[in-house]
Order: sequence, then C-alpha cells, then structure tokens
Amino acid sequence: MSDPDEARRRRRPRVRAVAAAAALTLVAPMAACGSGDAGGPPTINLYYPPEQNLQKVVDDCNAQAQGRYEIAYRVLPRQADDQRVQMVRRLAAEDTGMDVLGLDVTWTQEFASADWIREWTGQDKAEVEQGTLAGPLDTARYEDKLFAAPKNTNVQLLWYRKDLVPQPPKSWDQMITAAQQLKDQGKPYQVLTMGAQYEGLVVLYNTLAESAGGKILNDDGTQAVMDDGTVRALEQLQRFATSGVTSPSFTNATEDPVRLEFQSGAGAFQVNWPFVYPALQEANPELAKQVGWARIPGVDENTPSKVTIGGVNLAVSSYSRHPELSFEAARCIRDAEHQKFSAINDGVPPTIEAVYDEPEMTEAYPMKDTILEELKEPATRPLTPAYQSISTVLSAILSPPSEIRPQQTADELRSAIADALQSKGVLP
Amino acid sequence: MSINATPTGADTAVEETERHATVPAQRGSRRKAPLSENKKAERKLGWLLCAPAALVMVAVTAYPIIYSVWLSLQRFDLRFPDERQFIGLENYVTVLTNEFWWTAFGVTMLITVVTVAVELVLGMGLAIIMHRTLVGRGLVRTSALIPYGIVTVVAAFSWRYAWTPGTGYLADLFSDGAPLTERASSLAIIMLAEIWKTTPFMALLLMAGLALVPEDLLKAASTDGATAWQKFTKVMLPVMKPAILVALLFRTLDAFRVFDNIFVLTAGGNETSSVSMLAYNNLIRGLNLGIGSTMSVLIFITVAIIAFVFVKLFGTAAPGSDDGERR
Repeated sequence: MSDPDEARRRRRPRVRAVAAAAALTLVAPMAACGSGDAGGPPTINLYYPPEQNLQKVVDDCNAQAQGRYEIAYRVLPRQADDQRVQMVRRLAAEDTGMDVLGLDVTWTQEFASADWIREWTGQDKAEVEQGTLAGPLDTARYEDKLFAAPKNTNVQLLWYRKDLVPQPPKSWDQMITAAQQLKDQGKPYQVLTMGAQYEGLVVLYNTLAESAGGKILNDDGTQAVMDDGTVRALEQLQRFATSGVTSPSFTNATEDPVRLEFQSGAGAFQVNWPFVYPALQEANPELAKQVGWARIPGVDENTPSKVTIGGVNLAVSSYSRHPELSFEAARCIRDAEHQKFSAINDGVPPTIEAVYDEPEMTEAYPMKDTILEELKEPATRPLTPAYQSISTVLSAILSPPSEIRPQQTADELRSAIADALQSKGVLP
Repeated sequence: MSINATPTGADTAVEETERHATVPAQRGSRRKAPLSENKKAERKLGWLLCAPAALVMVAVTAYPIIYSVWLSLQRFDLRFPDERQFIGLENYVTVLTNEFWWTAFGVTMLITVVTVAVELVLGMGLAIIMHRTLVGRGLVRTSALIPYGIVTVVAAFSWRYAWTPGTGYLADLFSDGAPLTERASSLAIIMLAEIWKTTPFMALLLMAGLALVPEDLLKAASTDGATAWQKFTKVMLPVMKPAILVALLFRTLDAFRVFDNIFVLTAGGNETSSVSMLAYNNLIRGLNLGIGSTMSVLIFITVAIIAFVFVKLFGTAAPGSDDGERR
C-alpha cells in the first residue's frame, strides 16, 4: 500500500483490482476521520453523547466562527459505559481525530490524570470560571487545575404527591414514616428510586453520605476514609430498604422503570432526575397536576441535604491538532446563550448561574429554583482518577441495600476503595 | 474470540487424520539410520523454508506474549501514569486471592465442561447422520453447518432478543420473568448458545474421524454378530479415538476462552463473567494494564495446561506433529 503506483505496474489486472479495493476500504474510513485540513477551515471533531438539539448549537457556533473552524458533531453511543470505552481506547492509542470530548463529570479526573486532556489556562480558563456554579466547576478540576468546562449539570429532586402528602418531608425517616402511614390507610405509599446494582445506587448512597456529613475519600482524593457520616448513611440506606415502603423491584430499578412506576400512580414519592417531569406531563397530565417537587430530604431533619450532581464537561484532547481552536469551540458550545437553548430544548440544567434568571426558563423549568438551591450546596461524587473502579465496587458491595450491615459494610468498602486507589482492585 | 483460531484448526485436524489413515507405515521410522549428506541438506533447506513463517510467528505471537508477561509484573494503570513501577508477582497475588477471579474461573470451567460434553454427544450424533446420509448429502452437511457459519455476535444478539420478555418468544414461552437477569438461567442460556453454535464444528471434526473407520471392519463385526451399539463402542470409537481427542482439545481450548456470547447476552452481569470477560473489564474498562495482563497470562497458562494434559496424558496428536497415534 505504500506505493500503489509501483504495484499497479507489476500486478495483473485482477490482482490490481483487488488490491485497489482493499486499499480503498482501508483508506476510506481514515479519510472520514481526518481533520479535513485540505482546503476549507480546520474541522474540530466534537465527540459528545446523543443530545437531540446539539447539532443546532454546533451550527450556530460554526456560523459564529466565520470560517475559522468547523465543528463536526460525532455522536457517541447511548450507554455511558460505551461512550467511555470508545474514548479511552482511542485516547490510549493517541488518536488525533478527537478534539473536543463530552465527558461525564465522573470521568474528568481520570482523563486528566492519564494526561489525555489539556489543562484550561489563561483567558479560556477565566471565561469558564466566570459565573459558573461552584459545584459543577469542582467536577472539572483535578489537582487544583481546570481540565474541563462544565456544559451542563444535573441534580435529582424529590417528587411527591401533593394530594397525599401535604408537606414534603425534611428527612428520610420522615418520608419513611409518612409512607408507612399512607400504607396503613390503603393509599398509594411507595417511595420510588433507583436501587439496582449500578451507578444509580452509588448516586443515592453518595447523596446520603454527603447529607450526613460523611466523607468517602479524603479531601485530595488519595485515601479511603469512610468516616462516621458514611456509616450513618449506610444505616439510613439499610433502614429505607427494609422499611417496607420501597417498590418490590427496588433492587432492580433504574431511572426509567422508576419513572414509569411513579407515572402509573403506584408511588407517593419519587427521587429522580428532572427529566421525569415533562414525561409525566405528557403521559399522565392528571397526575402531573398533583405532583410537587422539593429538595431531597436530609439524613437529619435540621440539616438540609447535599445532593449528588451529574452532568457533562467539555475537555480538549491532548492529541488534538488544533488545541486553541478546540478551546474556542468548546467555549462557544457551553456559553450562556447556548446553555439556555439546550436547557429549554433538551432539558439539560445549565451550569452558568445567570441562565436560571432568564425569563424563558420559568416556563421550561418550573422547578428551577429548587434545582438551583440544590446546586448551590451540592455533593460531588469522589473526585479521583480511580472513580470508575470505586463506583463498581461501591455498587457491588451496596447491593442489595437491605443486606447492609453498616459498620461491617463500611470496613469492607474502605478496604475495597483503598485497593482501587492503588490499582489493586479487580473489577468484576 | 474463538472464531479466529478454529477454521485453521479444523483444516489441520482433518488433514492430520487423513494423513494418518493413508500412511501409517511411515510412522516411527525416522531417526533410525544416521543422516546422509542428502538428508542433511534437505533438513537445512526445510529449516530455511520454515524460517520466514517462524519469524512471522515470533513477531505476532511471541512478542505480545512476552510483552504481556512484562506488563503483568508492573503496577501499570493508564489512569496513574506516574506511578508505573515494577512490583514483581504482586499482581498475581492480587488476582489469585480475589473472589471475582475465582467466581469467573468457576463459571468458565462449568461452561467448558458442560458445553464440551454436550457438544461431544450431539456432535457425534450429527456426524453419524452426516456420514450415513445417502440422499442429498451435500445439502444435509451444509445445513448442519449453518449455525457455525453465523457470526457469533449476531447469533448471540438473536438469542438475547429471543430471551428478553417483550421482544422474544422464548422468554414468554419458558418463563414468566426475565431469564437473562438471573444467574442460573443466564448461564443455561449462555451454554445453550455456545452448544448450538459449535456442535456443527465438533461434528465436522468427528466426521473426519468416522471416515477412518474401515467399512470392512464394521462388516466383519456384523458377521460376528455384534449389535449396533457394540459396533459403535468396540469398533468405531477406538478407531476414532485420535480424531475425538483432537476435537475435544480444540473445543476445550475454545470453550475456555468463551467471550462473545457472554459479552452480548449478559455482559457479565449476575456473576456470569468468564475469565476472558474479567480480563477485558480490567484491561479495557478499568485501564489497569497490570492486573489485566496478569489475567491474560493466567488464562494463557491455563490453556497451556489443558493442552499439555490432552497431549501428554491422553496422547492427543499435537496439531502438526507426525506421530498422531502414540498412546
């Protein structure tokens, strides 16, 4: 393949045709991945999870760039795990075909530690830090350096039936008691949330642990702590799982089944992401009128909860051939104007605080005040490059929640997390 | 994973058994007379002719094997590039004292033993049918081989949908839950998919063995009043033994490395991971090259042990060797 001309002279026609076809099949995909430098503006490849209206944001940024660059939106697979595997595999191979990466907030430290993404500095950094909420910004930092720009955040809310529960509960124990009373009265009583062995269970536990003032890791994320607060959170989770107010499918429940269960009217409470609300309005408008939202209950009724944040950060690949333009493109995609557009059209909560005050937000986001309240006092998941391993062992050890034995489980978690931090953890 | 290795294996096996059938007399006559000049030159030429192939083999197999052994002796985690260091056998201690590893090892062993045993029985039946068919022999053989011709991942997806409530008929027919979310039923489905897929391959290898059984021998046995079962156990099986052992060896090695069916059907959920799945999860998902390579090396060692046991203890002809029927 190195010298097609020579090959053509030497080989018989049929061999030549086969060789040419082989060469084409090999070269064609490469051309598709190439940066398109030959003529026209440089292409900035944006690898981002599926988001319905992101292409419009990209088009708008391309128009604003006035020919300096052209962003191409390459859609990542739908499953978070598949997204990550695709990116890490290509980055480990130093693929130059990726420029801007849409990372789940929990991957940022991992990619930064592996030297796969560039640090944000100078003007780019200043612009990102300007007006961005502190919680999401923390998820974009590693070792006190900024490695990504928070594009959107996300946070769960407590959804409750106003016709059954006059006042939203302040603590999990209050919520359990209220549900038990409803159960005794023969009314819908269930507390629905995600309890399957996956990231959703880790998010629930992290919210409980942070609300109880516990620490899973030390502040610089290098050591497993699992202090008293985290033990109290284990007690709370175990008490909840055995209180008889969960759904029978609690230990197998993920986001969407939980939404559907609540939508069918089985539950009095639901702890879930904001996407459930528009879906509920569409599927069961009668019920939607009865549904209110509140901050997630605390572990202690006098201490407000700290709720785990999700979301996506934009990072620039270390192997990008156009780093400056990539930073610029990433800034454009996550600027206030486009965050507002994405919030209204795709339902993803903004990371820039001022966007919440925009008048259009009230209609698209009736619960924006509660979201903002939670976002100002957020809980982040452990910020460490080993998060992926820690999350895997957390969900494995916490599942099923009804079999937690608080002190013992905490000790088990501490040693498993310590192993994960030293690359000694074996993933199941 | 296993798809790459098997087709060439099949060819060698068939060739092997056929060669033994036709030239049994040559066996054992090597090494007796001192080598003449001519022989020496011939041998030298032989080495020269193999050299390119041997070099390619070294480049594509020996180097990666040595490299993964080297990786397995280090703490090497892509997430912590600065902490890469030589740690001796520590990774082996970590893996061999880990319960996930032993669970996966048990699952892999179970799948290997059950599938190979069932495949041997079914494959033998299928081989006899294919061998004895008088009408439309080509058609029968071709249709029996269809499962083997389908890409494993594609077949696995069909099985997955068939066993998922709502999209598949099998789930509704045989259970009221979701069989792929429970351990026992998941393992049963994985084994079913494996057996369905590779029985034809087993049958193909065994059919080559059936071709070794001389008709005269069977006729003689009939004349002596042997029943069909006696003919099968006393005449056919002993003659076929080399072919059966080769077939078992190939299938055991393949079955031990089972990956694609599990990856598609359960992705290792509910403790259904095989050792290959575990290695993949730690290498590709966990980015832990040290632990992942340790697992790969352990798999390699296990496969080597299996091959050794078959070749040395059962006297299976090592693929490519000349003395096939050494017992």
